Amino acid sequence: MAVGGGVPDEQMMLGGNPRLPEDTRSSKILGQLRAEGAKGVAIAIASTFIVFTLLILVVIRSENWPAVRQAFFNGEEFRRSFPEIASKFRRNVEYFLIGEVFILAFALLLAVMRSLPGPVFFPLRLMSIIYTDLFRGVPTILVVYLLGFGIPSLGLPGVPSTATFWAVVALILSYSAYVAEVYRAGIESVHPSQVAAARSLGLSRWKSLRFVVIPQAVRRVIPPLLNDFIGLQKDTALVAFVVAIPEAFKQAQIFQNADFNFTPLLAAALMFLVITVPMTRFVDWLVARQRGKRQAGVAL
Amino acid sequence: MSDDGQDPLRIEGLHKSFGKLEVLKGIDLAVAEHEVVCLIGASGSGKSTLLRCINLLEPVNGGRVMVHGEEITARGVDVNRIRRHIGIVFQAFNLFPHMSVLRNVTLAPTEALGLSKRDAEMLATEMLARFGLVDKKDEFPDRLSGGQQQRVAIVRALAMKPDIMLLDEVTSALDPELVAGVLDVIRELAEGGMTMVIATHEMGFARDIANRVCFLDAGLILEEGTPDQIFTAPKEARTQQFLQSIIKAGRM
Repeated sequence: MAVGGGVPDEQMMLGGNPRLPEDTRSSKILGQLRAEGAKGVAIAIASTFIVFTLLILVVIRSENWPAVRQAFFNGEEFRRSFPEIASKFRRNVEYFLIGEVFILAFALLLAVMRSLPGPVFFPLRLMSIIYTDLFRGVPTILVVYLLGFGIPSLGLPGVPSTATFWAVVALILSYSAYVAEVYRAGIESVHPSQVAAARSLGLSRWKSLRFVVIPQAVRRVIPPLLNDFIGLQKDTALVAFVVAIPEAFKQAQIFQNADFNFTPLLAAALMFLVITVPMTRFVDWLVARQRGKRQAGVAL
Repeated sequence: MSDDGQDPLRIEGLHKSFGKLEVLKGIDLAVAEHEVVCLIGASGSGKSTLLRCINLLEPVNGGRVMVHGEEITARGVDVNRIRRHIGIVFQAFNLFPHMSVLRNVTLAPTEALGLSKRDAEMLATEMLARFGLVDKKDEFPDRLSGGQQQRVAIVRALAMKPDIMLLDEVTSALDPELVAGVLDVIRELAEGGMTMVIATHEMGFARDIANRVCFLDAGLILEEGTPDQIFTAPKEARTQQFLQSIIKAGRM
């Protein structure tokens, strides 16, 4: 789908550019491309149509299809549950957006701590290493349980005691460990000669990091960062395990339990896909663009 | 910092090793005010390492580097303060690719010297204009030719108003037709009285610009003298060999 889908877009772009036909040689080459492209598109559409038709026929003609359809693809159930689930999905978006801001900041701090040189900073490096090892090594759901149930039960004074708060904190702690590693890879990918240039101008270690290393590092790791965004977006559903206030997944479960039907869960899945699929495509596009730049010899 | 009667740069018994490999084996060198010293020698003879040690980019293992009488290799010296007085330009330019040309030049004056953004930009624009780069000030480095990039790197170092400039094979990464423009800039600096230590493979240029030429071999200054002495009547066998190989390669 991705391959077949890319071709017509390119066709439109090439065909739609009014400046190109002026150059006869290039327009001849483009014409050839267009002819080949059109043929390719036709073949792709035809084969896709055949394959999908066969698949659908196999599924819906199978003996158990009516039961499956009733349990998972129930139109009436979908219509009843979807609006409620979609509106509860707003909470997932909130958890995600709030969490992401803190993750980006906290993870950068962890990565910078880990990249500090010299024996003086050994304790900070060690702390950062232990942190990432712990939180990357433990299932996120476990951290969500631990904090979401655990901390409110302590009834500590002066600390928020809602499960929602602590569940989101758990997501932040867990994802920061992953994102810190992404940042670190970016920081290490900046060539030492850049630091040498900055230091040779009399910039302090910190200012070299701030003005020269980190901006270049962050630019390079935007695609993997977005990948972790997608992961976080999905994992906001984990909050449902410790929080009574329903978000999309919890709301879907409520419908599922009441109606003995799984369609609401698919409705919730659809809501997640609405966000994650465009984001995934965007990341693909960014990675491809970056690769293109690198091949063109451009230093990022 | 400049009118104390001391040599701008004095190096005494400088040793530097990378692990077991001893790269500098006791370098002694004094550079006078307005003097241009060219370091020549085969790759691996220690030219670049020497320059990096002077700028404190490499910690030294023995000996001293004195700048205007102050020992900068001593413990507890503020390296950032020292480096502001010593400009270095690298073979590979090392411009900051995520910043415009102007920002490349103004970064250190604003962040290390505390100049206001406006003053720094005025200074930078003026200097870029002097080196024919003012129309490139909003470009990013990767849009410039190698020669332009290297000239920006020189301007970037000059913007700190250093007392000494160290040039580390600044034309080695350039296409031949771009070399002249960069050499012209250096020539102009020399005429302006800039104290410089230049590691170079451009023998013709060295002969032309240097007050003194030092031939480095295996981590030592084997022979030094005026360009005439070194290039027309070298005493040491290794110097003769080296210059012969350069002539054979058509580089002189």
